[in-house]
Amino acid sequence: MKALKLVAFGATATLALVACGSDKASTGALSKLGKAEGQVNVVAWPGYVEKGGTDPKVDWITGFEKSSGCTVNVKLGATSDEMVQLMKTGEYDVVSASGDATLRLIAGGDVVDVNTALIPNYADIFEGLKNKAWNSKGGKAYGVPHGRGANLLLYNTEKFAKAPDSWSVVWEGNSPAKGSVTAYDSPIYIADAAVYLMATKPELGIKNPYALDDKQFAASVDLLKKQKGLVSEYWSDYLKQMAAFKSGTMTAGTTWQVVANAAKGEGTKVEAVLPKEGSTGWSDTWMISSKSKNPNCAYMFLNHMADPATNAAATEYFGEAPSNKKACALTTDKDHCKNFHAEDEEYFKKIWYWTTPTKECLDGRGAVCKDYSEWTKAWTEVKG
Amino acid sequence: MLAYIGSLAALFLTAVYTIDPFTTDIVKTVSGENFSELASKSVYRAITIRTVGIAAAVTVIDLLLAVPMALYIAKVARPRVRRLLIVAVLMPLWASYLVKGYSWRAILDPGSGVLTKTFGGSPGFGVTATIIGLAYLWLPYMILPIQAGLERLPDSLLEASADLGGRSAITIRKVVLPILVPAIIAGTIFTFSLSLGDYITVQILGGKTQMIGNAVYANFGSNNIPFASAFAIVPVAIMVGYLLAVRRTGAFENL
Repeated sequence: MKALKLVAFGATATLALVACGSDKASTGALSKLGKAEGQVNVVAWPGYVEKGGTDPKVDWITGFEKSSGCTVNVKLGATSDEMVQLMKTGEYDVVSASGDATLRLIAGGDVVDVNTALIPNYADIFEGLKNKAWNSKGGKAYGVPHGRGANLLLYNTEKFAKAPDSWSVVWEGNSPAKGSVTAYDSPIYIADAAVYLMATKPELGIKNPYALDDKQFAASVDLLKKQKGLVSEYWSDYLKQMAAFKSGTMTAGTTWQVVANAAKGEGTKVEAVLPKEGSTGWSDTWMISSKSKNPNCAYMFLNHMADPATNAAATEYFGEAPSNKKACALTTDKDHCKNFHAEDEEYFKKIWYWTTPTKECLDGRGAVCKDYSEWTKAWTEVKG
Repeated sequence: MLAYIGSLAALFLTAVYTIDPFTTDIVKTVSGENFSELASKSVYRAITIRTVGIAAAVTVIDLLLAVPMALYIAKVARPRVRRLLIVAVLMPLWASYLVKGYSWRAILDPGSGVLTKTFGGSPGFGVTATIIGLAYLWLPYMILPIQAGLERLPDSLLEASADLGGRSAITIRKVVLPILVPAIIAGTIFTFSLSLGDYITVQILGGKTQMIGNAVYANFGSNNIPFASAFAIVPVAIMVGYLLAVRRTGAFENL
C-alpha cells in the first residue's frame, strides 16, 4: 500500500513537472554584456570547435579562452536529432544548429533570440544569411550564422576509375559500389532520395525535398528500401565512416567535406564530388539555450565564432562556405570562398538546406505533407 | 527513489499521449494510438523479435562461457591464480564501452579485419557481430555472480558427492547446479536486460541492423516522445515477464 501511494505521488509529481515544462518560457535576449562566468558548454558538429585536441595545429579556441576567461567545453553531435536532444537537457549554453534543428529548437522554446548589438561581428555576416526562415522568428534573430555547404558524394578512387557525376551510384542496382554503399543514418536522409527523384522522376512533381505528400513520400521511401540492398552500413558517427572507407567496406555514399579531408589525410583513397542532381546541405547557426547558465560567455563565444579569422579557420577546416564577408580574405587557401561558393547564391539554389519537414507543406501546398515524426517512423521502416 | 519511480511513471503516462502533427507538441489526451500502431505494423514486431533474439543469444553464450570459467576460478584455481583471474575478468570493465566496440570492429571488419587477415573470413557486420560484441561486453556480469555463488558452495558437498561415487558431470548436475540456479538467474538478468536496452553496440557492429533502442532513440529525436515511450515500454514488459517466469521457478526464494 505504501508502495502504491509512492507511485501515485510520483505520477502526480511528474504530471506537475510536465505541466510546468510545457510553459515555453524564454528568458529573452540579454540587454547588456556582464562578467564572464568562466565557462561555456557547447554542442557542435565535429570540426567546428577545435582547440588542438584533434591536431595541435588546428586551434581557434585556446586564444579565446585566454582572452575571454571562458573555458569552452565541447560535446560533439552526430545528427541534428542528437543535438536537439542534448539542448533539451538544458545543460548546454550554445549549439551549432542546422536548419532541421533550429526550427525545432525555436518552436520548442529551447533557444532564445539574441541581441545582435552585443555581437559586433554580426555586422559582417553575409546579408543573404541573416533573418532567414531557419534562424529567425518574428523578425528577431535567433543566432549567428556560421557556414553552409552541401552533402557530397564520397567515393573510393580505386573502385571508381572515373569520377561519378551522379547520385545514381548510391541508388541504382547496377552501381559498381553495390554492397558497399553507405547512407546517413537519420530520417532527414529521406530528402536525399527526394532530391534524386526530383531529377529522375519529374512526374512526381517534387518541388522541395522536405515537402513531400503521400505519393512523393512513398516513392522516396520505396527508393530507400531498394537502396538498402546495396548498403553495407549506415553511418552517423563520422569516425565509423572513415574507418569503413579505409577498410573498403564502404566505397560510395553521402559525406561531409571534413570527413573526406580527414580520410584523405589518413591516406585513404577517396574523393568527394557534388553530383549533377544537386544535393542536400546545411546552413548552420550558433544559438543560445533558453536555460543557459553562462549567457555572457555564450555571447562572447558567438562573437568569437563570427570573428573573420575564426570563421575563416573553422569553415576552411570543415570544408564549407564561411558566413563572414571578411573571412574570405583570411583563409589559407585564397580560393576557399570561391571553391565553396560563399557568395554564389545561384550555386546554393541547387542545395537544399536541411530543414524540418512539417505537416503544412514548406512549398505552400497546404497541410498535405508528411511531418518529421512520420519521416522518423518511415526511416525505422526502411532499416527494417 | 522518487526520481527512480517517477521517471518510470512518466514513461507510462507519456506513452498514452500523442503529438500534434502541426506543432509537434504533446497532446495530453489518453489514447491507445501508439500501442495499436506498435501492434499493427510488422516492422516493430520484427525489431522486437530481433532484439529479444539477440538478448537471448547473448545470454546463452555468456552462460556457456561463464559457468566453466567461474567454476575454475572458484573451485579449481589456487588462491593466487584466483585473484589474478578475477582481475582479468574485471579488467575489460576498466576500458570504455566505445573503445571495446571499435576494437571488435577492427577484429570483425570483413575488408581488412583481424579475422579476415588471419582466417580469410569474418561474419561481417550484422546480427552475428552484434551478438559477439554484446556477449563480450556483458560476460563479466555473468561470471561474477556465478563465481560468488560458487564461493558459497561448501567443498564438503563436492567431496561427499565424490565419496558416493558421483563423477564430475553428475556432481555438477545434481549438486552444483541446484545451488547455483539463483546466481545464474542473477547473471542472466544482467546480460538479458543490458542487451535488451543496448543501441550503441548495434550501431558500431550491426551494419544495417537496428534494435528497440535505436527506434526509441530515433523517435525521441523527432520529438515524438509519446511513441518513443510506448516502444520503450516493450522491453520493460518483456523484463517483467521474464522476472515473473523466473519467480515461478522459485529462484528468488534462494536469494
